Amino acid sequence: MTAREGTLAAYRNAAEEAGVTLADIFLRQEAASSGKSESQLRDLMLSRIQVMRQAMEKGLAVPQHSRSRLIRGGAARMNQWLGTGSSLLGPAFSRMVAAALAVAEVNACMGRVVAAPTAGACGVLPAAIFTVAEARQVDQEAVLRAFFTAGGIGLVIEKLASLAGAEGGCQAEVGSGSAMAAGGLVELMGGSAVQVDHAVAFALANVLGLICDPVGGLVEVPCVKRNVMGAVNAAACAEMALAGLESVFPADAVIETMGKVGRRLPEEFRETARGGLAAIPRP
Amino acid sequence: MGIFDIIGPVMVGPSSSHTAGAARIGAFARKVLGTAPEKAVIQLHGSFAATGEGHGTHLALLAGLLGLAPDDERIPAAEALAREQGLDYRFEKVDLGDVHPNSARLRLEAAGTKLELCASSVGGGRIVVWNIDGFAVDLEGQYPTILLTYPDRPGAVAIVSAILANAALNIATIKAHRNTRGGQALMTVELDTEPPASVMESLRCLPQFQQVRLIPSLGFGG
Repeated sequence: MTAREGTLAAYRNAAEEAGVTLADIFLRQEAASSGKSESQLRDLMLSRIQVMRQAMEKGLAVPQHSRSRLIRGGAARMNQWLGTGSSLLGPAFSRMVAAALAVAEVNACMGRVVAAPTAGACGVLPAAIFTVAEARQVDQEAVLRAFFTAGGIGLVIEKLASLAGAEGGCQAEVGSGSAMAAGGLVELMGGSAVQVDHAVAFALANVLGLICDPVGGLVEVPCVKRNVMGAVNAAACAEMALAGLESVFPADAVIETMGKVGRRLPEEFRETARGGLAAIPRP
Repeated sequence: MGIFDIIGPVMVGPSSSHTAGAARIGAFARKVLGTAPEKAVIQLHGSFAATGEGHGTHLALLAGLLGLAPDDERIPAAEALAREQGLDYRFEKVDLGDVHPNSARLRLEAAGTKLELCASSVGGGRIVVWNIDGFAVDLEGQYPTILLTYPDRPGAVAIVSAILANAALNIATIKAHRNTRGGQALMTVELDTEPPASVMESLRCLPQFQQVRLIPSLGFGG
């Protein structure tokens, strides 16, 4: 069966036919469409990865405070807690939580980040990929492949649904980031294209309907902690896919459903700061 | 749309529309002015006025005017930098009417030249410049753009397109705007590639044009 162009099914078929992984397919497509060589594209991705790492390290080391005072050094505090040996599930889990907080807080406090897929969801991917790569001692090449796969999944979501909170709510931002990270983690650990598909489907299905309700219209509450949820959800979904669990629905169908749900969300829940947590009167 | 639009752009947070887009509007205005502004009135409309403070929208607009890219970590310190560089600036709230909620009007002055520019940040850091000195325009900044001002008379578009064709430059869009028939006109030409200096020189030599400016394409930085 031929799949529609631009769907994850089409990319998956291409990968299977060529006997390569999704990362190779996305890298080849990007080279063809941009006119840049694969080695230039790898260097560009490495420079983006570098910016993500710097943001993460900054947020962990230096307590971040926002102009609104809603963000007050949560990542740095989490990082200290991690050092006390009190972690509920072990250090890797706590590190993932701290990393997502760190990048999202640096963004909230006007630091330099990579919007991936958006500025509001910028903590999800680095927290998920860097933490697992470090815990499992995966090499830089695998990390690079994970980011190309994650980026390609983002392209599919952009085509079939949306990556904008104003259009689809938080499911389109942190939800999409989580789906991209879940697929990226499967690639990172050497999983198959079919397993990537299942991981994406799980991750996005878990956040369907998630609204965008930024308190005060700022990218702070609940956005920063939702980045943590996105990363942790990605890890859980990648793990399920790698263990051989299969989604009832293919990723493309879940992505299209996310788009449909987003269009039916009332405007109050689409980045207008008029609904959800944003509507609670503050003292 | 490519992978690096998804894993990117590199930017100073917190918001691609309220921060990165705002910085790009400032940078575009500086390029239209053609020099460092000495005086700037920065007017914020709609959501820019309502939530701009917490997003650093005002700082990003100012930083763009100072020539900083959207990923420049000095954006939060734009006010100190402006004072250092002797830019006399002021922020105001404004109601520009029924336009995009993320909009701003910039009134700039430098060495005898003045500029008024209105633009909106339309998502993902993308911008639309919709008014320059009272002329309705439609520019997104991703192409090298030539701006020409002239008295509205026949033949202006023909001669510009002839010079560009001669240099084998492909025109992405070309639009002529005028305030009244036979009055003052503004032509905007978006090109696929940066025009060489010789082409700009030829255009500047034409007697019918009062001002010929080149706005290089506006990247995102990073």
